[in-house]
Amino acid sequence: MLEIKGLRVKLEEEDKEILKGVDLTVEPGRVHAIMGPNGSGKSTLSYVLSGREGYEVTDGSATLDGEDLLDLEPEERAALGLFLAFQYPVEIPGVGNMTFLRTAVNAQRKARGKEEMNATDFLKLIRAKAKDLKIDAEMLKRPVNVGFSGGEKKRNEILQMAMLEPKMCILDETDSGLDVDAMKLVADGVNALRDAGRGFLVITHYQRLLDHIKPDVVHIMSDGRIIKSGGPELAIEVEENGYADIKAEVTA
Amino acid sequence: MNAQVQSKRAQLKQAKLAATEERLQGLALPEGGVWATEARQAALARLREMGLPGRRDEYWKFTRPDTLVQEEVPVAEVFAHDEAPVFDGIDRLKIVFVDGVFNAAESDPLDLAGVEIERLSDAAKADIHWAREVFGVLEARGQSPVERPLAAFNTGFAEDGVLIRVTGRAEKPVSLIYRHESESSDAILHHVVRLEKGTNLTLLENGPAAARLNKVLEVDIADGASFHHVRAQGRDHQRRAGTHIFARLGAESALKSFTLTVNGKLTRNECVVEFTGDDAMAHVAGACLGDGDFLHDDTVFITHDAVACESRQVFKKVLRNGATGVFQGKILVKPGAQKTDGYQKSQSLLLDEDSQFLAKPELEIYADDVACSHGSTSGAIDEEGLFYLRSRGIEEGPATDLMTLAFLAEAVDEIEDERLAEEITMRLEGWLARRRG
Ligand SMILES: Nc1ncnc2c1ncn2[C@@H]1O[C@H](COP(=O)(O)OP(=O)(O)OP(=O)(O)O)[C@@H](O)[C@H]1O
Ligand SMILES: [Mg+2]
Repeated sequence: MLEIKGLRVKLEEEDKEILKGVDLTVEPGRVHAIMGPNGSGKSTLSYVLSGREGYEVTDGSATLDGEDLLDLEPEERAALGLFLAFQYPVEIPGVGNMTFLRTAVNAQRKARGKEEMNATDFLKLIRAKAKDLKIDAEMLKRPVNVGFSGGEKKRNEILQMAMLEPKMCILDETDSGLDVDAMKLVADGVNALRDAGRGFLVITHYQRLLDHIKPDVVHIMSDGRIIKSGGPELAIEVEENGYADIKAEVTA
Repeated sequence: MNAQVQSKRAQLKQAKLAATEERLQGLALPEGGVWATEARQAALARLREMGLPGRRDEYWKFTRPDTLVQEEVPVAEVFAHDEAPVFDGIDRLKIVFVDGVFNAAESDPLDLAGVEIERLSDAAKADIHWAREVFGVLEARGQSPVERPLAAFNTGFAEDGVLIRVTGRAEKPVSLIYRHESESSDAILHHVVRLEKGTNLTLLENGPAAARLNKVLEVDIADGASFHHVRAQGRDHQRRAGTHIFARLGAESALKSFTLTVNGKLTRNECVVEFTGDDAMAHVAGACLGDGDFLHDDTVFITHDAVACESRQVFKKVLRNGATGVFQGKILVKPGAQKTDGYQKSQSLLLDEDSQFLAKPELEIYADDVACSHGSTSGAIDEEGLFYLRSRGIEEGPATDLMTLAFLAEAVDEIEDERLAEEITMRLEGWLARRRG
């Protein structure tokens, strides 16, 4: 499904290489987790995959179901089924959350040759999904993320994911800033979407989220590379010992 | 040196007055009864004293007045389109002007319960009229401390317009429709609205009016009355307009005025508001969209001369392809105007680097217990927000439009009536969609 090969990325503005050859494949139906120290390049990877400006790919490739992602506009990547739950969801004053989501859902339907969803069906659907995530109907009327608490923003990301039903979901620290109950809600939201055709890439610092969303594979990213991959036990090792041992082991 | 500066200034003023006399050559005040003639003569005298606006005037530095002043009217093509005019779906009393002349055939009968409506040219024939307390009076009050010569010119020479006296609750809006048919028409319109105590009126205005328009609207709002005003200036690309609103507010009265401007080569909208009674509120707002050869100027002056009044200015401009936006807004709080709440916001969204926004926000406060704030910003589309929208599958064009509408929303939100707000939003969406082709 998602195939990243030898991906090297530098900042457009500076001569600073951030991703130094990333190899990663996520198969349909599988959940991969990425852990790694602050500044190791996890968010950069998620941004480059979703098409944010400011980065230059100097080598390597990234494809989704065989389609080259790196040449596409962000909206085209979304239409292919890529979704990023942002580490820092953006506030957009003046754009209502509901309008935003409806425009997004219908834009993607249109791109996939499907008919637009009418207002009534849309309302029904979003109300149901919001309820599952314990998102207040009032929040849907407010401008996108404006005045939302940290946890509300993260839940709003998951709501968008649930509405858009992407094929490949990247979650960048969606657990950060969530209380225990909210983390459970978010994990339930993710688990509800798990199916044989859908892949997940879950970026996190904490093993706790992975208790709820059982990953198939855990990768450790350090200094722009994936330095180790393994099963869920790798996350436990990190939780207990930090990254020092793993780094030492790799450089040895 | 001081003497030199003095004499230089005197020379400039002299030249200005000479130019004004030259411009007035051959112009005769319209014929009328006693009240109108007196008002017109007084206006002409004011004008002769101050002179027509010139480029060196403090409030004409950003906007060149010459094409609004000169005798020859620059040609403005009539913009043909087949869209339904704005406010089409709203039940209202329609009063149509074609190139600045009242058109009875296309207008509704001037009958509306609780409202007296007369044509200025008819009312001016009488020797006495209620309008004498307002016509040219609010304009004259608005000449100080900043001169507004175009408005004095208007009072002197306007032959057409409507006089509206509201004595009850108007059951539907009065709608002034300005059609533009001749490419060299020069329209001078003067309207007077007097709202008696506790009354209510919504006034709508739309259309390009003429190749060149000079329009004054004087609104006298008595205690407890409330006046809503929504206008959409016409889309004709080459039209020019210099307009003034002079509003005087009594105690516990309310004024809400919103202006939408799309296109037009030159638009100068002045709004002069004076609070004379306590606990009143005035909100003036504007949204403008300009592309290319476009200059839009909002010049606002709010005088707080009463206790506990609230004023709010919200002006938003979207500019592209070298369009220019100007904002000059002032809040003056006079001694004793305690508990004044004054707010002013002017912002531009520059869609490219060729466009510019020139702003002159001013506060002058002579009372100590007041809350006044102003902010003026100018910026590009928020790239982070744009990426966020696009990452959800919304194409760049529609995503930019969403962000643009969001930017304008704060101004549009000043329209209280939801259906009117919707009409305006539809215009904005249409304009943006057309730019995308
Ligand atoms: N636009 C940018 N300008 C300057 N430096 C940048 C930019 N984007 C990323 N970096 C740098 O690249 C490195 C990787 O950043 P990134 O956000 O990808 O890390 P991360 O692994 O997500 O960290 P965290 O766990 O703290 O979220 C950091 O050193 C960061 O400062
Ligand atoms: Mg990060």
